[in-house]
Amino acid sequence: MSQVILIRGARLEGSDAADVLVEDGRIVEVGAGLTRAGATVVDADGLIALPGLVDLHTHLREPGYEASETILTGSRAAAAGGFTTVFAMPNTSPVADTAGVVEQELALGEAAGYVTVQPIGAVTVGQKGERLAELGAMADSRARVRVFSDDGFCVWDPLIMRRALEYVKAFDGVIAQHAQEPRLTEGAQLNEGAVSAELGLTGWPAVAEESIIARDVLLAEHVGSRLHVCHLSTAGSVEIIRWAKRRGIEVTAEVTPHHLLLTDELARGYDARFKVNPPLRREEDVLAVREGLADGTIDIVATDHAPHPAEAKACEWHAAANGMVGLESALRVVHLAMVDTGLITWADVARVMSREPARIGRLAGHGTPLHVGHPASLALYDPSPVRTFTAADLAGRSLNSPYLGRRLPGEVRWTLHRGTVTVADGVVVDSPLAGSGVGA
Amino acid sequence: MRHLLDTKTLAREDALRLLDVAEDMADTQQREVKKLPTLRGKTIVNLFFEDSTRTRISFEAAAKRLSADVINFSAKGSSVSKGESLQDTAQTLQAMGADAVVIRHGASGAPRTLATSGWISAGVVNAGDGTHEHPTQALLDAFTIRKRRYGADSRGRDLSGVKVTIVGDILHSRVARSNVWLLGTLGARVTLVAPPTLVPHDVSAWPARVTFDLDDALADRPDALMMLRIQLERMNAAYFPTEREYSRRWGLDAGRLAALGADSIVMHPGPMNRGLEISAEAADSPRSTVLEQVANGVSVRMAALYLLLAGTERVEGAAAAGTQKEDAR
Repeated sequence: MSQVILIRGARLEGSDAADVLVEDGRIVEVGAGLTRAGATVVDADGLIALPGLVDLHTHLREPGYEASETILTGSRAAAAGGFTTVFAMPNTSPVADTAGVVEQELALGEAAGYVTVQPIGAVTVGQKGERLAELGAMADSRARVRVFSDDGFCVWDPLIMRRALEYVKAFDGVIAQHAQEPRLTEGAQLNEGAVSAELGLTGWPAVAEESIIARDVLLAEHVGSRLHVCHLSTAGSVEIIRWAKRRGIEVTAEVTPHHLLLTDELARGYDARFKVNPPLRREEDVLAVREGLADGTIDIVATDHAPHPAEAKACEWHAAANGMVGLESALRVVHLAMVDTGLITWADVARVMSREPARIGRLAGHGTPLHVGHPASLALYDPSPVRTFTAADLAGRSLNSPYLGRRLPGEVRWTLHRGTVTVADGVVVDSPLAGSGVGA
Repeated sequence: MRHLLDTKTLAREDALRLLDVAEDMADTQQREVKKLPTLRGKTIVNLFFEDSTRTRISFEAAAKRLSADVINFSAKGSSVSKGESLQDTAQTLQAMGADAVVIRHGASGAPRTLATSGWISAGVVNAGDGTHEHPTQALLDAFTIRKRRYGADSRGRDLSGVKVTIVGDILHSRVARSNVWLLGTLGARVTLVAPPTLVPHDVSAWPARVTFDLDDALADRPDALMMLRIQLERMNAAYFPTEREYSRRWGLDAGRLAALGADSIVMHPGPMNRGLEISAEAADSPRSTVLEQVANGVSVRMAALYLLLAGTERVEGAAAAGTQKEDAR
C-alpha cells in the first residue's frame, strides 16, 4: 500500500465532512478540498471517520491455544472491526506472567502488522491468586505492561488484591479485576433469575459481581490506587461505580457489547453460543449498563473477544466453554445499542472505544483524535447498511459469535493502522506490511 | 409429536392426549397378553448418562410392550466415559438407525441440544435432564391424580381445581419443575413447600404459590401431597443443617399424615428416603400412590413412545377417541 493516502469527505467522528491526508503513518493535513499528487484516494463520502478503535479486553489465545485463535488471526479480526490496538489478556499457556511471555506476544503482534498488540500481564503467578507475578519486570520489559489482570479468575484474596493495587502505583499501572466471588458462583451457568430457575441451570447471582466491586472500590480508596473493573454486567454494579466515582475513588469500568444488547432470555434454547462469563443478564441490567455508559459511569466498551473451537460450543450447556468472539461485531453492536437509541453520539463512540481505553491502559499515541500530527490510526465506518451478520463477517479463527443470523447495522469499510491499510473497501488485506514499509 | 422435551411448552390438548392415550395403554395392560404389535420394527435407544434403574426399566418395559426393539446405552463402561462427545454419541446412534432416543442426562438442556442440533433425526424423549425437567414423571403424576379422582371417567378431564402440594428440594428438582408446568397447564392449584434455601431465586413467573411452612400448606387441605426425595449431600452444601431438622420441619410424619383430608393422596417419585422426607406410616398407608405411580409410569411412557413413533395410527384394540386425531404439531 502507498504511504500517501488521501481520504476524501469523511465525517470526522460523525460531524462535518473533511479530507484527511496521511503520510508516513501520520495525519499531515485535515481540511476541505485537499489534493496531493500520487496519493491513493479513498472515497469516504458518507463514511464516518473514527480514531482507530482500542480494545482493552481481548483474548488472542496465543501462546497455547492456537486452535482457537492466534495473534495473527485475532489481529485480522480486530482490523475487520475497525480496531488498531488490542490489549491481550494473559490467560494463555504459559500464562503471560513474565517479561518473556509478554515480549513474545508483543513481537508476534508486530510481525502480524494489523494492530498494536499490547500485552496485559497476570496479577498473580499462573493466575492462581496466590502470589504476585513479577509485575515490575513486565512493566520494565519492551512490552511496557501497565494493565494487570487475572481475567477469567477473580483476584479473590483481599490481601493479594490490596497489595497488587498498591504495588502497581510504582509504574502507574492498573489492576483490571474480573469481579466474581468464587464461592457464590460455584458451578454457575447462567444469570441467577427467572430464566435460570426455569431452565434448571445453576445461577450466577448479580451479588457475586457486585460484592467484589464494592470491596475493590473501597480497597482502591484506602490505598489510593487505580482500579479498573472488567465486563461490568449488572444494574447494581453500575450503582456501585456511580457511588465510588462520586466519592472520588479512581475507578474505571468497562462493559461488553453483548451486555449492551443481549439478555439471558437467549439461553432458553440451551444454545451455548450464548454462554459467557459474566453471563447475559436481565433486560433491566441491559438498560442500566446502557445508561451507565451514556452518563459516563461506565468509561469504555471492551469486547472480551473470546474465541473457542466449534466443539467447545457444540455440546451440552454445562460442558460448553464460556465466551463469544466480539471484535468484528463490536462497533456495529454499539451502533445498534447506543447510537441508534440516541444514547450517545459518534464522538462519544470515539471516546469510549478509542480514547479512554488507551488512556486507562496508559498507551500514549493510541486513541488520539484525528488531528494533524497524530498517528494515522483510524476506521472508516459506513453507518447506512443493515445486514444479517454471518460467518463471512468473521475474520478470526473461531465462529462462536452470538450475532450470527442477527440483523446489525453498519460496516467497517477501511481501517488504517499507523498509515498502513489493514482493511480496504470492506476486505481485510493480506500482508498489510508488504510494500508499505510502515511498521507498527 | 416430534419430541417430548419438557412440559413447559406442552400444550393443554397435547397433554390431555398423552394422558388419554395412556388410559388406552393402561387398559391393554389388564389383558392376559400385554404386548401390542404397534412399534414392531422400530428401534428405541435408552441413552442413560446417569444411573437410573427405575426410569430406564420403565421405558424399557413400555417399549417392549409396544414390540419395539430396545437398545440400552449406558454411559458407564461405554465410550462416553472415555470422553466421547454428545455429538459423536448421537451420530453413532443415528448411524445405527435409532427411531427414538430416550435420554437421561446430568446436564440441563442436553435433550434439547440433542433434538435441535441436527446430529440425529430420531425423536427425543427427555427422561430427566439435570435440574431442568422430567416430563414423563409429571405426566405419570398427573395421570395418577386424575385416575384416583375420576377413576374410569378420567378420559378428557383436566385437573381444574385440584390442589397439589409439592414438598422438598424444589431448587434441584426436575420433577418439581415438570409438575409445576404440567399441573398448571391442566388447571391444578400448585403449592410448593421447601426450606428457603431450596427454592430457586426467582419463581415469580411460576404458576405456583410458595410457602416455607408445611403445616400451613397442609391446613389448606391439598388433594395430593407430593414428597420429593431429599439428597443428603445437600446438607453438606449448607442448604439445611441436619437430616433430623429437615425431617422435623419438612417431613411427612404420622401426625401430618393424620391431618390430611379423607381423600388426599400421598405421592412420591421414588426412591424414597423412609424416615427422612416420608415416614413409613405415610409410605405404606392406603393414601400412598407410590406403586400406582410406578405402574402408571409404564402406561404414560407407552403413550409417549406411541405418539412419537406411530403418531397417527390407532392403538390396536383400544377404544381410543383421542388417538384418531392427527397430531397438529
